[in-house]
Amino acid sequence: MQTQLNKHKKIKLSKAKLSDYTWGYLMIAPTILGLIVLNIWPLIQTFYLSFQSSAGFGITKFVGLDNYKKLIADPEVLKATINTFKYTLAVVPLGVFLSLIIAVLLNTNIKGKSLYRTIYFLPIIAAPAAIAMVWKWLFMSDFGLINLIFKGVGLPAVNWLTSSGTALFAIIVVGVWSSLGFNMIILLAGLQEIPTSFYEAADIDGAGPVRKFFKITLPLVSPTMFFVVITTLIGSLQVFDYIFMMITKTNAALGSVQSLVYLFYDYSFIQLNKGYGSAIIVWLFIIIMVITAIQLKLQKKWVHYD
Amino acid sequence: MKKSLKKLVAMTACSLMLSTALTGCSTKTPTSGSSASSPVTLTYAIWDVNQEPGMKAMAEAFTKKNPNIKVKVEVTPWDQYWTKLEAAGTGGALPDVFWMHSSNFDKYSNADMLLDLTDKIKTSTEVKLSNFPTPLVDLYANNGKNYGLPKDYDTICLWYNKDLFDNAKIAYPDSTWDWAKFLDVAQKLTDTSKGIYGYTANLDGQQGYYNFVYQNNGTILPDDKKTSGFSLPATKEAIQFYVDLSLKYKVSPTQEQFDGGMNAADMLKSGKVAMATYGSWMVADFKAAAQKDTTLHLGLAALPKGKTNATIYNGLGNVIANNSKHAQEAWKFVEYMGTEEANVIQANSGAAIPAFKNVDKGWIEATKEFDLSAYPAMLPISHIFAYSKSKPTWDPLQDKYLKEAFYGKTTVSDACDKIAKEMNAALATEK
Repeated sequence: MQTQLNKHKKIKLSKAKLSDYTWGYLMIAPTILGLIVLNIWPLIQTFYLSFQSSAGFGITKFVGLDNYKKLIADPEVLKATINTFKYTLAVVPLGVFLSLIIAVLLNTNIKGKSLYRTIYFLPIIAAPAAIAMVWKWLFMSDFGLINLIFKGVGLPAVNWLTSSGTALFAIIVVGVWSSLGFNMIILLAGLQEIPTSFYEAADIDGAGPVRKFFKITLPLVSPTMFFVVITTLIGSLQVFDYIFMMITKTNAALGSVQSLVYLFYDYSFIQLNKGYGSAIIVWLFIIIMVITAIQLKLQKKWVHYD
Repeated sequence: MKKSLKKLVAMTACSLMLSTALTGCSTKTPTSGSSASSPVTLTYAIWDVNQEPGMKAMAEAFTKKNPNIKVKVEVTPWDQYWTKLEAAGTGGALPDVFWMHSSNFDKYSNADMLLDLTDKIKTSTEVKLSNFPTPLVDLYANNGKNYGLPKDYDTICLWYNKDLFDNAKIAYPDSTWDWAKFLDVAQKLTDTSKGIYGYTANLDGQQGYYNFVYQNNGTILPDDKKTSGFSLPATKEAIQFYVDLSLKYKVSPTQEQFDGGMNAADMLKSGKVAMATYGSWMVADFKAAAQKDTTLHLGLAALPKGKTNATIYNGLGNVIANNSKHAQEAWKFVEYMGTEEANVIQANSGAAIPAFKNVDKGWIEATKEFDLSAYPAMLPISHIFAYSKSKPTWDPLQDKYLKEAFYGKTTVSDACDKIAKEMNAALATEK
């Protein structure tokens, strides 16, 4: 008797659920279809292409693990991986830290608050190519503004973009600068979600501003921060546009800045070796997967969802 | 709320990761030719915006004769042109008619992307291959079949700033000049305190060191295309001379200065350099600069002589996509583009030196600002811009290794040996 009742219940429930599912899937179908056609299918194709050699126009030959064997032994790939990590390790902490500071400052009641918010958000509105061009002018060796200032205060001019010691630094500066706006807006939204009553309570208890920041602001903004860290990190690992625009291919410092995506571009679209290019991008995909998985695990230690 | 934020994090992370892979996918461009029966619109893809008015004028003249066939000229900048065409070729959606370059011709003809024009040319009453210089015709022939008709050709000349020569009371360059005279004058005209240089020896093959290589009896790629010319002493010697111009004689900014933001062509346009070598396709650019800035007085002459007189030439061709839906109409257009009438229009527009023999006078006359006669005069002493099937593989090697020499970090000889080694490997894969 009991089991029969249960069965009956189950069927009834699943009927309702079925309709729920149908509608649910119908609603997300446009997005899912777009995702499959534009993202997932190319992902599979890229993975497949990495086992092939390409003669152009989609004419390919299966070469097994050849591309990966070459990849492991390729010093250029190793160098590009190191460059990518160097860039990421500089841009993520620096970018997130600075944007948190700006967000906290802009969250207070200062005069012209919205003007400042607009100014800091401006880099997001500008096209990356335009940003890179302007920074390239600033960094110019002979007539650049930065070197002009250096000369003005009696410092020697620096070949920012062409010496292997400073080229990556220049790219990092642009990377940090351009990531500030977006991160700042997201963090600001997170900060505004924190109830003011917490701060009032802390005030009564006699907590100073530093203590309030570390005991209230930081833990409560941590979910937003986690989001910002993950997106900045993935974006940094995929750095390409600033390098492409600011470092010419005749520049001898290119080897010490070129990232994995740059190398992928070079092989796939300049040398037309799409198979090897795909292998490089699959390598980057694995790196990003692993790092993101680690982050998702580690977040339990520092992200407070309540 | 917090939970949904967590989801948002995960979803954004996922889609960002996926977009990494997305960059590996090439997009298909839709065909623009209509399937309608009577009026046909052909797509004509080109890469030089300076030549767009000229190409449009030719297309309009063609439509006047064939009212049923319209031609849409599509400009894609050089850097994206080949990427776009390859994607279009993969998707079977190439433009009906498009410009072809010698560096890419073998790849396209070997992959069966181009329509074989051999028989069409033979039976044509309007075009004859003998109207064009043979090397230009051969550029677009593969295994005895013609896939394209020559459109234009280009050579390299020496440009100079007349005012800088006048101020220093030095006679303008002429065809009697050799390397020694060139270097001597370049040294006299260099005044780094004013930021003025004698020459711009930037890392550029076709408009730069290639010319010096052939003037020194060296080569980039021997005629048999089996081994690299970079290991030859004559080639190395010429490149050494070219590199010395900036590093040793200091008559040119260094490549490091160019990469740091200096622009060689801008220097010529702003009177910061006395001499520079440029291809005929740059004429439109300098013409516009001279019109804008009336204090700029430029002239041009033949390249100085090394052991011999030499320059690099190259020419574009008009080709038809093998799977064009309007192959008949496309051929009519290409055929017309190969006639004297069309070449005269091209010449008068000043777009490019027409490939049709003896029509170049119109091109010279179309420009009043400079005497361009030096360009066509270089053709008899010119060498074809080196090309082979594996050029996409070996072409980047030159910049990759030579830049170390141009920065003075390694010797020219070492850099050339490295290029030769990898270039030989690439050439060996050709069959």
